[in-house]
Amino acid sequence: MTSDQALTRYLLRLGDNALILAQRLSELVASGPELEEELATANFALDYLGQARMFYSRACELEGAGRTEDDMAFLRGEREFENLLLLEQPNHHFGDTIVRQVLFDSFYLLQLEALINCGDQGLADIAARAHKEIRYHLRHSSQWLVRLGDGTDKSHARVQESLHRLWRYSGELFDGDAVDEILRQEFNGPDLVSIREQWRAGLQTLLATATLTVPEDQWMDSGGRQGRHTEHFGYLLAEMQYLQRSFPGASW
Amino acid sequence: MYTQGLDQKGENAGRRLDDAGLLAAFQARIDAEEKIEAKDWMPDAYRRTLIRQISQHAHSEIIGMQPEGNWLTRAPSLRRKAILLAKVQDEAGHGLYLYSAAETLGTSRGQMVADLLSGKAKYSSIFNYPTLTWADIGAIGWLVDGAAIMNQIPLCRCSYGPYARAMVRICKEESFHQRQGFEIMLMLSRGSAEQKAMAQDALNRWWWPSLMMFGPGDADSKHSAQSMAWKIKRFSNDELRQKFVDVTVPQAEFLGIRVPDDDLKFNAQTGHYEFGEIDWQEFFDVLAGNGPCNRQRLEKRQRAHDDGAWVREAAHAYAEKHGQRAAA
Ligand SMILES: [Fe+2]
Ligand SMILES: [Fe+2]
Repeated sequence: MTSDQALTRYLLRLGDNALILAQRLSELVASGPELEEELATANFALDYLGQARMFYSRACELEGAGRTEDDMAFLRGEREFENLLLLEQPNHHFGDTIVRQVLFDSFYLLQLEALINCGDQGLADIAARAHKEIRYHLRHSSQWLVRLGDGTDKSHARVQESLHRLWRYSGELFDGDAVDEILRQEFNGPDLVSIREQWRAGLQTLLATATLTVPEDQWMDSGGRQGRHTEHFGYLLAEMQYLQRSFPGASW
Repeated sequence: MYTQGLDQKGENAGRRLDDAGLLAAFQARIDAEEKIEAKDWMPDAYRRTLIRQISQHAHSEIIGMQPEGNWLTRAPSLRRKAILLAKVQDEAGHGLYLYSAAETLGTSRGQMVADLLSGKAKYSSIFNYPTLTWADIGAIGWLVDGAAIMNQIPLCRCSYGPYARAMVRICKEESFHQRQGFEIMLMLSRGSAEQKAMAQDALNRWWWPSLMMFGPGDADSKHSAQSMAWKIKRFSNDELRQKFVDVTVPQAEFLGIRVPDDDLKFNAQTGHYEFGEIDWQEFFDVLAGNGPCNRQRLEKRQRAHDDGAWVREAAHAYAEKHGQRAAA
C-alpha cells in the first residue's frame, strides 16, 4: 500500500463513519423526546453529512479515478464500507443514541484534533472545520448523559444498560491497522494508543459526573476497518442506496 | 399558511363583553397599521383566533416533518439528502418560533401539544397525504411550500407583532424550500422517461390537495370578514388560491408536465387562469380524520411523546436536584 493509497482509504473511513452516523440519526427525525432535541438531531446529522461529503471529495480527488462522493455513498457494497460497527447499530431508545454519540464523539474529537496538524492539508482543513462541530455535539451529548445518569432511577438504569450494550463496540475505535500506521508515520496522524488513554480518562470523569459506572472490559467486537459488518448494515445500505441502484446512471 | 382558513368560527361572542371604548381604540390602532404587542389590551376573540391560527400553523410545521422525513434515509444523492435534512430542520425551527409566538398570547406549548395529540387541534390536511416516491419531495417543496408562501407573505404584515415577526423569518426559509423543490422537479422532468413519469405522477397527486390548502371558497368562509378587519388576514382564500394557480401553472408548463385539470384555461381578458371544481368532500373528509395518513401522523407524534417521557422526567429530576432551570 502506498502512502497515498493509505491516505485515500483513511479518508474514506472517515467519510463512512460520518455518513453512516448521519444516516442513523436521520432515521430519528420527528421522534425526539422534545422538539428542541429533534432540531439538534437533524442539525447533528447535517454536520456529519457535511463532513462525509468533504472527506469523500478529498478521497476522490486523491484517488483520481473520476469517482464522486455519490459513487462512494451509493455505489459501493457492504464489504467496501469501512465504518466503525458502533455507528451502524440500530437506534433503540434515546439513551442508546446518547451513549453512541458520547462514545464515538469523544473519540472522534481527539482524532480530529490530531488530524488538524496532519501532513495532508486537505484533510487538515476538513478536520479543523469538523472539530468545531464535534466539540459542540460532544458538549450537548455529554450534558444529556449526565442528566440521564443523574436523573431518575429509571433513566439511570436505562442509560447504564445502554453503556453495557454498546461497550463491546468501543474497543474497535482504537484497533488500528496498517492504514492507521501509515497515517501516523507518514502524515503525522493520530496515535491511537495515546488517544485511547485520553479517551478513557475523559470518559471516566464524565461517567463519574453522570453517576454511571464504566463497564468492565469484556469481549470486544470488531471488523469495521475490514468491511466486516453487523447484520444491520446491509439493511441500512439497501435503504440508503435504493434510488441510485434502481435507476442506474440517473441524475437527481 | 397551513391554517386552511378554518380559523374564524364563532368569534363574535367575545366582542359584546369587551368595553366599547377599548375596542374602538384597538380597532383604530389596527386601522392605522400599528402592531399589537403581547402586553397590549386586545379583545378575547382576537386573542383566541390568533392562538388557534398560530398553534395550528405550528402543528403543521411539526407534522409536516413526517412526510419529508420519510425520504431522508433514501434521498438519491448526498447533496439532496443535505438539503432535505436542512429543510426538515427548518420546519422544526418554524414550529418552535410559532409555539413561542402563540405562548405570548397566554397559552403554553404543553397545552398546545396536548391539543394536537388529543386530536382537538388541527393541522394542515396536506400532510395527511403520503410521500410515495422521491418526486413527492419535489412536489411538496414546489407546491406545498409554494402555497404556504402565498399565505404567509401577507402574514408578515399581520397586526399581531410577534406573529408577524415570526413570519418574516419563516418566509425567507420557505422560499428557499420552494426553490429546492422546484429544482428537484426540474431534474426529474429533464431526466429519463421514468423520472419524468415520476414527476407527473407526483403533480397528479399533489395538485388538488395543494389548492385545498387555501381553505374553503369565500362563499363558505363567511367568518373571514372579522379576521380581515383585524388584519390577521389580508386576502381571501379564493384570492390567494387564484394567485397560486396563476404563478404555478406556467411553472408546470416550463417543467413540461401537465396540471391534472381538464378545465384549466387561461382567460386573456382577466389575465387569470380558470380552473376546475375542487372536490370539497375530499377536503372535509381528510379534515375530519379520514385521510390516508391522519392516524399514522398522530400516532407517530404520540409515540415520540410517550417514548420521550422518561427522558423529560430525567431532565426535570436532574434540574430539581441541581437547582437549575429544566434544560433541553
Ligand atoms: Fe415551514
Ligand atoms: Fe417549508
